[in-house]
Amino acid sequence: MMLAAETTPFALLPALILIPIITAVILALLPASRHDYLKLVALGGSSVAGAFAVYALAAFDKADGGLQFVTRSTWVADLGLSWFLGLDGISLFLVVLTGILFPIAILATEPHHDPKPYYIWLMILMAGSFGVFMALDLLLFFLFFEVVLVPMYFLIGGWGHGRRIYAALKFFIYTMAGSALMLVGIVSLAFLTARNTGQPLTFDVTVLAEAQALSTTAQRLIFLSFALAFAVKVPLFPLHTWLPDAHTEAPTAGSVILAGVMLKLGTYGYIRFGVYLFPQAAHDLAPIFLTLGTIGIVYGAVAATVQKDLKRLVAYSSVAHLGFIILGVFSLTTQGIQGGVLQMVNHGISTGALFILVGWIYERRHTRQIAELGGLQKSAPVMAAAFTLVMFSSIGLPGLNGFTGEFLILLGGFNGARWWTVVAVSGVILAALYLLWAYQRVFHGEATGENADMRDLQWSEGLAILPLLVLIVFMGVYPKPVLERIEPAVDELLLHVAANVEGFEEPEPQAPAQPAGVTELTEALEKGEAHAEDHGDDADHQDEGDHSETDAVEGEG
Amino acid sequence: MLEAVWLIPALPLAGFLTLIVFGRRLGEPFAGWLATSAVGASFLATLVVFVGLLNEQPEERFFLQRLFTWVPAGSFSVDVGFFVDPLAITMCLFITGVGTLIHLYSVGYMHGDPNFSKFFLYLNAFAASMLLLVLGDNLLLTFLGWEGVGACSYLLISFWFTDESNASAGKKAFVTNRIGDFGFMLATFAVFSQLGSIRYADVLTGQLSSGWATVIVLLFLLGAAGKSAQIPLFVWLPDAMAGPTPVSALIHAATMVTSGVYLLTRLNPVLAQADAWATGLIAWVGVITALVAALAAVVQNDIKKVLAYSTISQLGYLFLAVGVGGYIPAIFHMVTHAFFKALLFLGSGSVIHGLHDEQDMRRMGGLAKLLPITAGTFIIGWLAIAGVPPFSGFWSKDEILLAAWNHPSGGFVLWLLGLITALLTAFYMTRQVILTFFGRTRFFDPTQEEVDIAFAGLVGAAQAEVDKAEAALETARDAVDKAQIDVAKRQQAVNEAAETLSAAQAAVAASSPDADGYDKLVKAVDKADKAVPKAAGNLEKAQAKLVVAEAALSDAEAQVLVAIDAATAAAADTSRVPMVPQHVTAFSERVDVAEFADRLPDSYRSRQEYHPHESPWTMTVPLIALAGLAAVGGGLNLPFTHDLHFLGNWLEPSLFGNEAHGGAGAGTKWVLAIIAITIGLAGVVAAFAVYLRRKADPAVVENPRLGLAIDYDHALARFVGGPGTKLFDRVAWFDRTFIDGAVNGMASAVSGVGERLRVLQPGLIRNYALGISLGTGFVALWFLLRLWEVGS
Repeated sequence: MMLAAETTPFALLPALILIPIITAVILALLPASRHDYLKLVALGGSSVAGAFAVYALAAFDKADGGLQFVTRSTWVADLGLSWFLGLDGISLFLVVLTGILFPIAILATEPHHDPKPYYIWLMILMAGSFGVFMALDLLLFFLFFEVVLVPMYFLIGGWGHGRRIYAALKFFIYTMAGSALMLVGIVSLAFLTARNTGQPLTFDVTVLAEAQALSTTAQRLIFLSFALAFAVKVPLFPLHTWLPDAHTEAPTAGSVILAGVMLKLGTYGYIRFGVYLFPQAAHDLAPIFLTLGTIGIVYGAVAATVQKDLKRLVAYSSVAHLGFIILGVFSLTTQGIQGGVLQMVNHGISTGALFILVGWIYERRHTRQIAELGGLQKSAPVMAAAFTLVMFSSIGLPGLNGFTGEFLILLGGFNGARWWTVVAVSGVILAALYLLWAYQRVFHGEATGENADMRDLQWSEGLAILPLLVLIVFMGVYPKPVLERIEPAVDELLLHVAANVEGFEEPEPQAPAQPAGVTELTEALEKGEAHAEDHGDDADHQDEGDHSETDAVEGEG
Repeated sequence: MLEAVWLIPALPLAGFLTLIVFGRRLGEPFAGWLATSAVGASFLATLVVFVGLLNEQPEERFFLQRLFTWVPAGSFSVDVGFFVDPLAITMCLFITGVGTLIHLYSVGYMHGDPNFSKFFLYLNAFAASMLLLVLGDNLLLTFLGWEGVGACSYLLISFWFTDESNASAGKKAFVTNRIGDFGFMLATFAVFSQLGSIRYADVLTGQLSSGWATVIVLLFLLGAAGKSAQIPLFVWLPDAMAGPTPVSALIHAATMVTSGVYLLTRLNPVLAQADAWATGLIAWVGVITALVAALAAVVQNDIKKVLAYSTISQLGYLFLAVGVGGYIPAIFHMVTHAFFKALLFLGSGSVIHGLHDEQDMRRMGGLAKLLPITAGTFIIGWLAIAGVPPFSGFWSKDEILLAAWNHPSGGFVLWLLGLITALLTAFYMTRQVILTFFGRTRFFDPTQEEVDIAFAGLVGAAQAEVDKAEAALETARDAVDKAQIDVAKRQQAVNEAAETLSAAQAAVAASSPDADGYDKLVKAVDKADKAVPKAAGNLEKAQAKLVVAEAALSDAEAQVLVAIDAATAAAADTSRVPMVPQHVTAFSERVDVAEFADRLPDSYRSRQEYHPHESPWTMTVPLIALAGLAAVGGGLNLPFTHDLHFLGNWLEPSLFGNEAHGGAGAGTKWVLAIIAITIGLAGVVAAFAVYLRRKADPAVVENPRLGLAIDYDHALARFVGGPGTKLFDRVAWFDRTFIDGAVNGMASAVSGVGERLRVLQPGLIRNYALGISLGTGFVALWFLLRLWEVGS
């Protein structure tokens, strides 16, 4: 990963962390009785932070696969600890996703009591989420990784439903247990690298990744210590059981952030701190993760199918979706990893929207039990339409965002991890099964009792979810702006893997053995191309080189 | 002119987007007119492109249009772009042409539906998806259309969502299709891994090893079997009839379900590189589906279900054609089938519309007089599908049979099975026409349900008699009791009178005549003496009354017995209940309900008031247009000379010389054609014999054992509902008990140790936390030591 020159006139990334913290401070100073101001301030602060995140997207140089907007200063020199933030195409969209989901989650939901601490925790969570995706110093990363646990713990425990204390503790302890080992791994990695290279101690991810100074066994063990922490976060089978509890009991905003942002810490971690830091180990141990990811896809979907609680169903669907991302990452192919990164964003959008909709149903009906709902399409047609779109996105309908990521993952997977992929594709059948069945039971049929009088979406609610619906369609129809920013970073990552793993070559499709005979088709197409050129298509032709067939055509076109 | 191709899908898409925003405000009928014009304009655009292609030399009839890069990822890149060739434009022509007619028809059919504009919104979305499917310049864009039509199909099948069975049917269709999509997706990945591209321009000219080509063809076959409802995935299509009838016509007969055949035809160069057994499998899947579905159609009574199984069967024909390399016959029959099957579905919709939502053919009959346009057009559709020359179906079906005959391996058997299917097709379609349009009008007949209600009324009346008799009995008993009491009272009076008399007489005897008051005593004796016969008279009268009352009682008892006997007999003698026949012919007699005609329920009465009516012009105009096409559609591809082979010559460039050209000579062709005609007519005649002339009992013909396809569907449903659900539940149980249980168990085990050490205050949650932390600490320590060992 190369460092690109500083391109912004101000410290963009620290600002992203600071804005929510400042907002939290303002909130702390406000009187707790002014509910309306509290929400407005939280919304304003998170929106400003979100705007900065979107600015980062706009200012991002899409051709550059290295780090951008880098901020680095030594913090504790003796410990080799530095304040090192940066973005590349892999983390960029996770930061943007964080910036978009927080204001929406705040806008779409209300805390039922104690709004002041609620919004303060949310702001701290936002700062931590930004930090964790931008930190490039291992200790700093670890700090943020742990920091985000605390606000989420209090959000679930304080504003959740039913068994919220049990769920919050389970979530906290599970994650802590995973990350304790990672801390050992981080320290070991830095010390062993320093000792083996003779360089001063550093936790700088880029330096550690370039050094690759560990024995195979040490690399594998330390990789596993990281992997365990991430496996809990993702969550990978069989470490997933905290997730349904935490999701179900969390308040809606908590579920949205948990699914949309925090689960991505695991998958992002696997790319940035797994494959990048330990390419050899990740390559050698990939079958373990491919297997667990694939089990997650099928197992999560099967478990989702028979859930009786709507929110639990969505939670289990996350296990399945995140399994796809793991499959993509560990296929170690361009398409797989690109698809994985894209799918992290897509899952955040779609599942975030699903949780918001389920939350609204719960607000109105005071139940999440599928059996107690029914016929809602009659009483709430607009909500039903929104739910249908989000459902199709989650099912992976082409033209909507969910498909593009899933398709690229499986496409890459077929080249890099064939048999796992064959099993994983069955997940698309199951996804249709559990979502359509749930939709049928909740929205179809005759509405009776309270279901018949359920209120439809209000304008404010419609506006809150509209950005997510627009993104669902946009990223399905035109994912190119996203993909072309992810790709250079993924290319660099794979070059890094290739440079450090003996005998590794990215599993690429076979080029046609020989160009097919020039048929009448080619000639005709040549003509067609000429037409197309004349009539101003904006097709991107730079990557046409691989297509020997059309290449010739376009050369003349 | 060719550049206009983007308009073809863009126009319905624009209609769809407009209706999303303004649909509700436009309302009925403007939303319908807007949607119809969008598809109509798309048809005109298609015509423009068609003419543009015609102007090119045949071998140059290809055109690519790229709009923008859709999914770029490393060496993989696909565009949103269009691949225009004769095959794609042929598809577009009939999709938009038939589509426009069906949109127009829907304006009439959906009249009054509260979700009128939503229906057209979905219909336009469907048209746009279907056109993207056939025009896409790569497999991924085709897949987008493929899934898009699936989604629209789902939305339209469950359009009337308040009925659970409609909702289930929609879900079943989508999920079953997803099983096919599993094949489509894997096939696409395989193509990319072998050719490095999934653009048709590369795929159609790419060189594949025969092994990979075979794998790819088999995977695409799975995908096609889902969308085109072939064995083993056909089960969703009969259920899909739950959707509004125009949907059945457009999506589930004319267009979407032919996508599988289109896909396999599009990929003919890949099929050509695959092992012969793989294409052979396509043919066998097709012909067996055709046969099994045709058998099931014979035993259906729902007018739309007959057509549904018929569609599955005809699609099987198309697979048979593709499998034996007869791409031109496949597309030819696809087009003619789109004409006549859309016509038949719309006709059945017109019947249903005219008969107040009645779909059971046993309750139709004689409608030719009542719905003359519907009947006339339907009959043309029937002649076309039955293979009667010169109607369109004959020509296209004949070519498929010829292609099967020419197939080098197993050709004769394929041809024979196809022929049997043709026989069955002519039979069940003739049955449908007779039962629907000819014979006696059974619409007004009482249904079994109504008869049962009336009979229940009869039994109820007898029971009421019993109750009445019992009440009378009770009254008689009361009367007897009263009379008995009266008699006892009178008896008492007699005794008292006698006593009074004897007391008076004793008093007289004890007294002397000259004593005071002797006269009084004598008078008292006189009085008492007179009272005795009076009391005796009263007693006699009372006794007589008692006798009468007792007689009445025994009478009432007898009457109760009679009434009970009558009621028991009425309830027990179900043979008196007229059974509405389950298997009817054109002239099945109306059940005799004279005995309890006045007891038939209101539904029966209101039906007598109902007048079956012909549909409005929006519905009959499409019927007439399609009838015209179904009649003369055979002219697209006449077999007599090469020049008359219009469709074949036109499609030639899209087939890259992969069309199988058979060895049968002109003589053989004539013989085969005559056999086919004979067989078709035999089917017609047989159905006439059974259903019009009553030469055989329809109950024998409609043997439930013919419904193999239905049994398979039921078995599948039983499996999914039984062991399938159980398995899924088992997984959830496993998750709760073992995976989560292990975690909680470990926590409580560790905390148990903690408790014994008395390190902690009691309290499960704290223990749990400490337990985990301790455990983690130990593992971390071990890990650190181990690591240091390795590192040094």
